[in-house]
Amino acid sequence: MSLQRFISQAISPWMKSGPGPDSDIVLSTRIRLARNLKNYPFPIFASSDVSEQVLRHVSEELSTIPAGADGALELLKMDDFSFNEKRVLVEKHLISPHLAEHSRHGAVMLSPDESVSIMLNEEDHIRMQSLFRGFQLDEGLDFSNKLDDCAEEKVTYAFDEKRGYLTSCPTNVGTGMRASVMMHLPALVMTQQLNRILPAINQLGLVVRGIYGEGSEAQGNLFQISNQMTLGKSEEDIVEDLKGVVTQVIQQERSARGTLMRSSRIQMEDKVFRSYGLLKNSRVMESKEATKRLSDVRLGIDLDLIHGISGNILNELMILTQPAFLQQYAGKELSADERDVRRAALIRERMELEKENEE
Amino acid sequence: MICQECQTRQATLHFTKIINGKKAEMHLCDECARDKGEQIPGSNSYSIHELLSGLLNVDQISGNNEFKTSRAEPEPLVCDQCGLTYERFAKVGRFGCAHCYKAFDAKLDPILNRVHSGNDRHAGKVPKRTGGTMQVQREIEKLRESLRTSIEQEEFEEAARLRDQIRELEGKIQNGEEEA
Repeated sequence: MSLQRFISQAISPWMKSGPGPDSDIVLSTRIRLARNLKNYPFPIFASSDVSEQVLRHVSEELSTIPAGADGALELLKMDDFSFNEKRVLVEKHLISPHLAEHSRHGAVMLSPDESVSIMLNEEDHIRMQSLFRGFQLDEGLDFSNKLDDCAEEKVTYAFDEKRGYLTSCPTNVGTGMRASVMMHLPALVMTQQLNRILPAINQLGLVVRGIYGEGSEAQGNLFQISNQMTLGKSEEDIVEDLKGVVTQVIQQERSARGTLMRSSRIQMEDKVFRSYGLLKNSRVMESKEATKRLSDVRLGIDLDLIHGISGNILNELMILTQPAFLQQYAGKELSADERDVRRAALIRERMELEKENEE
Repeated sequence: MICQECQTRQATLHFTKIINGKKAEMHLCDECARDKGEQIPGSNSYSIHELLSGLLNVDQISGNNEFKTSRAEPEPLVCDQCGLTYERFAKVGRFGCAHCYKAFDAKLDPILNRVHSGNDRHAGKVPKRTGGTMQVQREIEKLRESLRTSIEQEEFEEAARLRDQIRELEGKIQNGEEEA
């Protein structure tokens, strides 16, 4: 398969439709709602038979709900996929590691552009996720609410006046909502301001995570900021609080970038072009180095130092150079060392592609 | 630092392990850590899970005497729908079904308060179809609050307007219930 075709299949369509608001810093916005059915035990404690029933019931009922502009939701059952195929879905952020590895009769319903994914029999019966380009919390909440309303017409939710939407884990009860914003914050990391900002964010009932969610390390200066609290506040208030904090972080990142460019422009140029050179020429590249270099190049693009490369390259290559994707592209299992070689080759090829596109 | 296991790759996982009360510092690369079955943060859902289970068990571990005597009665808290015991819930950190929330209600407030920064009541969305009269009841509560303030501030015209509004909504609920 040609790289171009592989990428076109690998990258979700919603990501490709041009940059979103504040996309120099915010890569994407995600809203996730956790919902359960009223009369069934939660997935973790459900028998295989019950889980199968839930899967059949929900997938049938939700198959007709409108999830975006074009076409119906497609149902993918976890049992039909190989381990690596499931990992690919995780790396694309379409399903959670829990659904891939631990679910019984787990499945995901995907919209054609992959901006909506509804996981079934994850930790909760239903987990609806909508993804948006750039910084779009209000639009995201509005869309998720509508999606939720459509689903609620079809299935009966476990809901309680006192505790709200009932979830398997007490950390999600109430709104069942996790709103998160993925940010690229290289300048705040470089100037060591982030260490100062993070504790403040945590005190506001928000959490900061790496790109693959809970417990994951920050890679490529990408951070996910999301609400921790789901009980005691309305969805609108939660989103409003998150928006306020993210807006401030955006301003601080922009101002840090400005300061760096004024005080040490030549060092910045050196940094981003060095990384650019490494990505274009390396023959062996570990994942950690790749994400670091990609972050530098993305910063170079956003600072208008590097021209002729799409800003999407960071989002794209962050995903494409993950282990399962590399194995998918190679069509076989790879050792860690082999992956490092493949990763370097894929990045080089992708950079070449960019140049061809320009010409 | 080089991985102490394979002695070739860079160590990426640094942690202290306590085995039989003895501290051991470990420096491993991803590969070896995986082979040895060490938990790599991010590769599983370890953190929140364990943390939460710790939280839920707090009252059992630190249980003061009062608590112990009350627990001494052999009457374990069980959800009568799914059969999950409170003890197991505290261990796993997950409810078994929607009814568990009712079954363990008496013990939930402190837990939810701890997890949700001092909140134990839902204040968000209500399902349209099955939420019943709750949306209207919420509105009535809000109006009553405003009514109290306007009476305190002797704004009687406003108070009368609010009172009528409340009556109208209450009427709606009653009619709705009769229809249903």
